[in-house]
Amino acid sequence: MATVSMTVNGKSVSGEVEPRTLLVQFIREQLHLTGTHVGCDTSQCGACVVHVNGDSVKSCTMLAVQADGSDVTTIEGLANGDTLHPMQEAFRDNHGLQCGFCTPGMVMSAVDLLKKNPKPSEGEIREWLEGNICRCTGYHNIVKAVQQAAQA
Amino acid sequence: MYEFEHHKPASVADAASAMKGADDGKLLAGGQTMIPTLKQRLASPSDLVDLGGIAELKGISVSGGTVTIGAMTNHAAVAASADIKSALPALAELADHIGDAQVRNRGTIGGSVANNDPAADYPAACLALGATIHTSQRDIAADDFFTGLFETALEEDEIITKISFPVANKAAYVKFPNPASRYALVGVFVADGPAGTRVAVTGAGQDGVFRVPEMESALSGNFSADAIANVKVSADNLNADIHASADYRAHLITVMAKRAVAKI
Ligand SMILES: Cc1cc2nc3c(=O)[nH]c(=O)nc-3n(C[C@H](O)[C@H](O)[C@H](O)COP(=O)(O)OP(=O)(O)OC[C@H]3O[C@@H](n4cnc5c(N)ncnc54)[C@H](O)[C@@H]3O)c2cc1C
Ligand code: FES
Ligand code: FES
Repeated sequence: MATVSMTVNGKSVSGEVEPRTLLVQFIREQLHLTGTHVGCDTSQCGACVVHVNGDSVKSCTMLAVQADGSDVTTIEGLANGDTLHPMQEAFRDNHGLQCGFCTPGMVMSAVDLLKKNPKPSEGEIREWLEGNICRCTGYHNIVKAVQQAAQA
Repeated sequence: MYEFEHHKPASVADAASAMKGADDGKLLAGGQTMIPTLKQRLASPSDLVDLGGIAELKGISVSGGTVTIGAMTNHAAVAASADIKSALPALAELADHIGDAQVRNRGTIGGSVANNDPAADYPAACLALGATIHTSQRDIAADDFFTGLFETALEEDEIITKISFPVANKAAYVKFPNPASRYALVGVFVADGPAGTRVAVTGAGQDGVFRVPEMESALSGNFSADAIANVKVSADNLNADIHASADYRAHLITVMAKRAVAKI
């Protein structure tokens, strides 16, 4: 077993993990933050995207021990109390979700995009979201949501 | 995933001794190939030696006509580097189209080159530009490095430390990506620089990345898309899978090579 310590959504946390524990398992099973989803076992769907030291990563493709000492933000860390983050609000306004399974990863990925490219074109949004798969919406309203958030 | 021991050394020397001390040790870089492989139980190393804590393996420098990239530099950093964009823009553009944004935030150049996936992008750049792969033990020319499918000249415990690319005055890369994974179905890197006029193909070869001498000699006389329009690559020894037949890949090589030359 190994001890890992990190900051998750602004709070210091630590836990005992096996070296083979994935970051997403640590987040969901030990911290009980179940907003981060797992949609595949091939690192391709993006349902598990969180931020590690400010960059979006697939938490199913990183070991908890690799995140030791880092600053992690999950979907639960975005809203400010009852006030949704502008990206969450934009997904709601634009019907950017149906079943909602892909949504936490989509939102976390889109927030990273706007940090690096505050005014993306439609093409840049679609290209950036290549690692996030949605089986419901057809992506159109997701792209509209990101465009609205970029205006906010 | 099977159990393993995790080590996080702070220097290349410590990483090398951790590998020596392990029964069946494997290096861990960005994990974008290694972790999916472990999850599928396709590998069962006794120990993982994590290179993520070694500062000397990270960073980009451009000087004296050479771009040098530390093995643990991720794809996003190469894509965003102003120095690489001005010295060797084709390399920054290649990095910007590897996988997706999250893969680029973790995956590293050292991991990609060491893995030598037959559909990976960086091996084509290394071969076309005549790069040198620097390791914990020696320097290896790209020409001698990629030895077959997922095979390289690296010894068991050898660690890539950095890769250096001579700046070419002409260079471009175009790939036909697999629409699901973004790996290259066929990718062609063309360059005219210190290593000569070179055309390197990834995604297509049964033994991984390879050069196309007929295109190289046609381009040496006349560096234009027309010069290679009639060069046909044989489908023998090309990959065939559910995504594309060998004939289709052979056809795509000429199309991608023409597009790459036309881009310059
Ligand atoms: C969804 C998805 C899409 C992808 N799409 C593409 C694509 O379009 N094009 C592309 O080229 N790649 C693609 N990749 C692969 C990606 O670029 C990987 O990052 C890369 O192949 C491996 O780099 P890594 O740093 O993640 O290495 P790891 O997975 O950590 O390691 C890979 C291998 O290299 C060895 N290794 C790592 N570092 C060193 C070193 N310094 N010295 C010696 N050996 C070392 C490891 O032991 C291991 O065997 C994709 C991956 C995923 C998950
Ligand atoms: S769960 Fe599918 S990419 Fe992480
Ligand atoms: S809303 Fe159902 S998968 Fe995207």
